[in-house]
Amino acid sequence: MELLVASAIGVMTAAGIYLMLRLRTFPVVVGLALLSNAVNVFLIATGRLAVNQPPVLRDHAASGTYTDPLPQALVLTAIVIAFGMTALVVILALGAFLSSETDRIDTTDTDSAAREEGQS
Amino acid sequence: MSPALIAALPFLGALLPGLMIRAGRDASALVTGAATLLALIGLLTHLPAVMRGEVVTAQFTWLPALGLNASFFIDGLGMLFAGLILGIGLLIILYARYYISAQDPMGQFYTYLLLFQGAMVGIVLSDNILLLLIFWELTSLSSFLLIGYWKHLPEGRQGARMALAVTGMGGLALIGGMLILGEIAGSYELTVILENREAIQSSDLYMPALLLILLGAFTKSAQFPFHFWLPHAMAAPTPVSAYLHSATMVKAGLFLMARLWPVLSGTEAWFYIVATTGLVTMVIGALIALFKDDLKALLAFSTVSHLGLITMLLGFGTPMAAVAAVFHIINHASFKAALFMTAGIVDHEAHTRDIKRLGGLRRLMPVTFAIATITALSMAGIPFLNGFLSKEMMLEEASHTVWAGSHWAVPALATLGALLSVAYSFRYIVHVFLGPERDDYPHHPHDPGFGMWAGPALLAALVIVIGVAPWLVEPLVRSFAGAVTAGDLPDFHLKLWHGVTPALYMSGIAVLGGAALLLAHGGLARLWQAAPRPEAKTIFDTVVDSAARAARAFTDALHDGAISRYLAIFTVAAVAVAGISFLGGSFAAGGRALLAVEIIPAIGWLLLVVATLTIVAVHRRRLLALVLMGVVGVMISLGFVYISAPDLALTQLTVEVVTVILLLLALNFLPKETPRESGAAIRLRDGVIASVVGLGAAALIYAIMTRDVSSISQFHLAQSYYGGGGTNVVNVILVDFRGFDTFGEIIVLGIAALSIFALTEALLGGPVSRRLVNWRYDMARAGDRHPLMLVVATRALLPIALVVGVFIFLRGHNQPGGGFIAGLVVAIAFVMQYMASGFAWAQARQNFHYHATIALGVLIAALTGLGAWFNGRPFLTSDFGYITIPPLNEFEWATAIAFDVGVFLTVVGSVMLALASLSRIARRAGETVNLEPMDVDPSKPGGRSERQER
Repeated sequence: MELLVASAIGVMTAAGIYLMLRLRTFPVVVGLALLSNAVNVFLIATGRLAVNQPPVLRDHAASGTYTDPLPQALVLTAIVIAFGMTALVVILALGAFLSSETDRIDTTDTDSAAREEGQS
Repeated sequence: MSPALIAALPFLGALLPGLMIRAGRDASALVTGAATLLALIGLLTHLPAVMRGEVVTAQFTWLPALGLNASFFIDGLGMLFAGLILGIGLLIILYARYYISAQDPMGQFYTYLLLFQGAMVGIVLSDNILLLLIFWELTSLSSFLLIGYWKHLPEGRQGARMALAVTGMGGLALIGGMLILGEIAGSYELTVILENREAIQSSDLYMPALLLILLGAFTKSAQFPFHFWLPHAMAAPTPVSAYLHSATMVKAGLFLMARLWPVLSGTEAWFYIVATTGLVTMVIGALIALFKDDLKALLAFSTVSHLGLITMLLGFGTPMAAVAAVFHIINHASFKAALFMTAGIVDHEAHTRDIKRLGGLRRLMPVTFAIATITALSMAGIPFLNGFLSKEMMLEEASHTVWAGSHWAVPALATLGALLSVAYSFRYIVHVFLGPERDDYPHHPHDPGFGMWAGPALLAALVIVIGVAPWLVEPLVRSFAGAVTAGDLPDFHLKLWHGVTPALYMSGIAVLGGAALLLAHGGLARLWQAAPRPEAKTIFDTVVDSAARAARAFTDALHDGAISRYLAIFTVAAVAVAGISFLGGSFAAGGRALLAVEIIPAIGWLLLVVATLTIVAVHRRRLLALVLMGVVGVMISLGFVYISAPDLALTQLTVEVVTVILLLLALNFLPKETPRESGAAIRLRDGVIASVVGLGAAALIYAIMTRDVSSISQFHLAQSYYGGGGTNVVNVILVDFRGFDTFGEIIVLGIAALSIFALTEALLGGPVSRRLVNWRYDMARAGDRHPLMLVVATRALLPIALVVGVFIFLRGHNQPGGGFIAGLVVAIAFVMQYMASGFAWAQARQNFHYHATIALGVLIAALTGLGAWFNGRPFLTSDFGYITIPPLNEFEWATAIAFDVGVFLTVVGSVMLALASLSRIARRAGETVNLEPMDVDPSKPGGRSERQER
């Protein structure tokens, strides 16, 4: 199973990086979202894989084996924060598109000059 | 009064003038003066103790791990400087009340002044050198505000910037020097450092520390070649000049040298660097002062010259010279503050301070004339005035100082400095007040009101009293100088007549020569104007400009506006760093037992991988990519279930829903297709980078997973129930063990949502709004926006979803669930209503305010945390217990539940605010508001609801 998880992380990371390097906002946002998925799974996996050992105590003294709860707690908030950041990036992308009429992310001097001309 | 309180009073007082200015300028000046007076009285209560040689201390630990304590002490030196700062500060406040005109914001002025005063008092009373450094930087910042007070004047802004650049640079050097000093002494407490003279002077690091500290002191005290900022700082209002250049800012450098005198002085390096710099500064400053036609510039350079004099005395390194230095600090502060104030009076009344346009003012302004004459003569060193006494002491010390084997160099140059000093002092009197009365003053001058001349008059009286009866201040000088020399004081008496000494001859030469020089001034000035000389400001501007140009060129080369390039560079750099350390390690396989591959998870893996790869393949069809994103999210969520992370599975699933909705809303306005932008070569390059990173990440996590781990989690598992009162360890970690993290994270989430709101607000308020009003959607709109089935289904689902939310929330402490997940579930329940029936319709039917929900959530979480304080526990310590309600079972309560309520509310508010902001854009783009929940309503005649509005 470990190999499957590792390869899934690798594939998601690679896809995220590839999309992140595109030149339009939307693929970049999707790429970042994929990348944060990959990072979250990565963090969880650092706690090692365990099946049927959720960290919910079966008796109060915590005897028996449980999977590592700490990465889970960290990733839980990370998922929620990743949502917040995605939302922020999306609104930035939307704002940039609406005000510049292009969703290209690399602005060059000719771009801004053309835009200024268009406005005046 | 505690020394700490004395230092804090000006800062506390700084809050008042801005408020009191509404009650008038007098009220503003009064509270400013009251704060200063209170601090001064508090200081003077310690005077008897300090005179007895005691040291008053106050200490609070602040960051003991860094050696940073808020410790203060008052000894003789601190008493002298704090007394000057507060005493002259009081006179300046009075003077400024009449000087600052009604058009200028006076509250602001007094606030800046008090900030500056507080920073200065902080410097001189700090016992901890790290604390001292903080106050040191504060003086640079607050003096920047004061010098640039007249923001509309370019000279003011430039002067302020120059002062900040020079003193700020020196401040950086000082930080380095002080840290080295603290390292050598093994403590950052001044009182400890001062007892480690041998260790410091024998250390290899003595020289670097000395150079860095002196760099800080020389820049602050405007010593050559850093003297140029001081005259440019004259663009400030005159009260500021009088304050900064008599009692405070420039004296901070001297204070530092005097403070560290016991440990740093006495070496050859100290003598040659400090004494020579002082001597050169004294002569050059005096020379330039003689030829300045601007009254304030003349005084500014005279200050430079006198600072050089005091620096030179400290540089001599003998106790007697230190006594002379301390005495001259007192005398210079008294006459220079008064002189600046008279210059300000002349400027204020005659509307010019150009010496060429003045002259003959003695009958028109008799009071000002008297004050100016007394203080200028004191500056010249004429008997029966205090300047004479300390100048005689200086010449006496100089007369037997040997410089590099030469017996005459120092005495001769010191005499020259004194001679020039006499010349410019006389010039201030003769060219401004004597001579024929003119009829072309820009404004007819007369003496100002009492309030304006009271301060300088008091100082002039002091000049005479000390000059005639020096024995009155002798005990004070003895106590102050004793603090500089660490108790090692020679037997001395301050008196007028020392007999016929070399100093008397030198003094005589200086006075006669100075008078002669003034007679020849006209010709010399023409010569001076014709002679080429370096202009400090041009050099400074050139240096700054070229530094700025170099920085800009460097930045432009790195930041060319192509984000994809930065991201590529960043990724490649990260891979390179990881690759280097990877090649340096061993590649042995881990020995941990692996899990067997099972068929169902393998299918999930296949789906995930195929969906991810398909996203890459079809990413230019955006809607399709988004759908596949959802597939990936769901697969990850199922994966979490498989690897025993139920909380994460729930979170991932709910977050995936809101993320996809959010992206859909945004996609409504973005192009639906991504055009092909980059050629095959670029795509190949990116593909290679991405593949390498992916391989690296996979290899890394595989290596981690195949090795065993020892984790601190055993503690969390064992303590979860007995310490945190819950059996769901993940939730207990979130709300209890690491509650502070969670607290920070909900704040971040709230800030993100508020930023989204603010960005939307800015968009809708700007030119984008017009474009949105004429928006034409690039996709066909559904004829039935709010289908009957969906409306009815979501209506039925809402209460169920809410109950599920509450259920998930309540079980969270013991079973998978909790505030985060419940918040997301409830948010989704609301979003479903919005999707089905339209945002406006749904919003009109619920009345809670998203901003307030976020704020309430954070507040509840914070208050829960604060509650622990009432039990004497640290922030966010949780408590729990059990109660039994008779007919029912035993119930558990835990304060963590209240904290989780805060989390819940913040999550609901943030998610809703983010989505609501996006829907506002749609409203502006012509989305109509339906007043009925359904577009097609079979119960209505005709079936179609027509009531819509924009």
